[in-house]
Amino acid sequence: MSLYNNNTGSRAGKTARNTVIVVLLLLFALATLFPIYFMVISSFGDPVEAGAVSYSLWPGKFTLESYSFFFNYSKYSYRWILNSTIVAGAVTITNVFFATMAGYAFSKLRFKGRGVLFSILLAAMMIPYQVTQVPLYILIVNTFHIENTFSALILPGLVTVYNVFLAKQFMSSIPTEIMESAKVEGCSQLQIFFRIIMPLSKTVMAVIAILTFMDSWNTFFWPFLVTNTMDMQTIQVGLKNFRFANTTYFSPMMAGATISAVPMFILFFSLQKYFLEGVTVGAVKG
Amino acid sequence: MAQSAQPAKKSKIKGDGVWDYAFIAVALIVYAMFTAYPVLSAFIISFQEYKPLGSTYIGFDNYAATFKDDLFWRSIKNTIVYTVLTVPVALLLSFLVAIMILPLRKKLQTVFKAVYYLPVVASGVALSLVWLWIFDPMPGGIFNQFIGWFGAHNQNWLGSSATAMFSLVIMAWLSSHGASIIIYLAALLGIDDSYYEAADLDGASFLQKLWHIVIPSLKPTTLFLLVTAIIGSFQVFQNAYLMTGGGPDHATTMVGLLIFDNAFKYFEFGKAAAQSLILALIIALVSLFQFKFLGKDVDY
Repeated sequence: MSLYNNNTGSRAGKTARNTVIVVLLLLFALATLFPIYFMVISSFGDPVEAGAVSYSLWPGKFTLESYSFFFNYSKYSYRWILNSTIVAGAVTITNVFFATMAGYAFSKLRFKGRGVLFSILLAAMMIPYQVTQVPLYILIVNTFHIENTFSALILPGLVTVYNVFLAKQFMSSIPTEIMESAKVEGCSQLQIFFRIIMPLSKTVMAVIAILTFMDSWNTFFWPFLVTNTMDMQTIQVGLKNFRFANTTYFSPMMAGATISAVPMFILFFSLQKYFLEGVTVGAVKG
Repeated sequence: MAQSAQPAKKSKIKGDGVWDYAFIAVALIVYAMFTAYPVLSAFIISFQEYKPLGSTYIGFDNYAATFKDDLFWRSIKNTIVYTVLTVPVALLLSFLVAIMILPLRKKLQTVFKAVYYLPVVASGVALSLVWLWIFDPMPGGIFNQFIGWFGAHNQNWLGSSATAMFSLVIMAWLSSHGASIIIYLAALLGIDDSYYEAADLDGASFLQKLWHIVIPSLKPTTLFLLVTAIIGSFQVFQNAYLMTGGGPDHATTMVGLLIFDNAFKYFEFGKAAAQSLILALIIALVSLFQFKFLGKDVDY
């Protein structure tokens, strides 16, 4: 009745088959999770130079010395985490709000130029970021003179086309009759949006929020380009600097890597459903 | 993309004029300033020798210099090698994992989806640091220990031009396939049971069903994943930059990294802009080619 012949084999045969499958899946999962495992267990080692340590696959020692080594490297190391939180928080809020608005207009309102405008937006998704990186850098640094500020970190990401697209995809499944009856009842456009559309779009708003926060937290390239003092850097840029300044300190480097990765693990485990949903919302009927 | 075909009368409501545009205003302004303007500006800069105070127009010189540059062709070759070695393997692995997850109970499916997705949420900088140590050239390095079990000798993985590219490829093979696994699984669950029922009546085996039902049904999904993976792979930058810096001896200099170096190491903005537009053109052509030759019977 399905791809697998559930009806032909015996019950024991099915159990055996599934056991084999689970073992295979676990083996491959071990291989892909190994770097993360290795990062976390190694971060609890002593902060000594690499020549003196031997890598071990099992947690041998438990000390937080390497973490304090990482934080003591720069007096701004706490600032990096704060900066990342501020930037990621800001773009998350603006993306959720403005992408939902634009997605609503593009999916539910009829106005002149809607189709053309949306096609132009979509076309941007095909352009590699290498094309915009140089002009964007010139714009921020030479024209606006706002390098090394929060504005430089936040402005280009205020609302992304991808998020508008996600919102539009999701909202096309909301029945239009709801809006029509609201209009008949005398609701204004703003009321329709805030009282009807937003409550019905909680899922896609959560998906947008999570994906945007994660992308922003993990992004390295743009903050690396537009920040030039330690106090304005984000955790990813700080981590890279730490690495180049301490090339031989294995455990502290793993501690830094863990610090930059763990907030996203926590977010993922607590909001897993939305993460996984986000993957398919964007891909179906692209 | 299905934008032009909207025959259903009731799918849109008439807006109130000004409000329609107010809803999209911020998105459009941000887009105009930080995407549209930079793209246009990239065209202009690519014909200039850029200087902060007054650039000079130099025609097609940046393009001509690029095509004469051995390093540019080398970087194209490296990018193609990397793409050919990583993308098909990644798709095959995701497909196989999705097929294996399919018969499991719902709960177990979710567990595996989450497990395979976990590396996606870890920061790329953090993971590249870990891989740097996994590839440690000393005999105690994790990867050297691993190949030692099979009797192979120590390698200077990232430090030798013979193995540096291969090391980046291994890293790609063992990193996150989470998203494509989930997309494949969703597509697998969407295949209508009646196909399998008909096949069962004909006494089709597992492999026959896989070949005649599953693979054709998943063609649109495969095409989508293939196109997006190739686009992503042509832009690859971060791992090469953080792990090898393009070296040794430019063995891992991909186009994305070359453009970065030209722009932010040598400050040749004009040349970088020209190269980025050539890259955009290559990506557009490759995507078009795939849609044309692989997507014949796929509607999008």
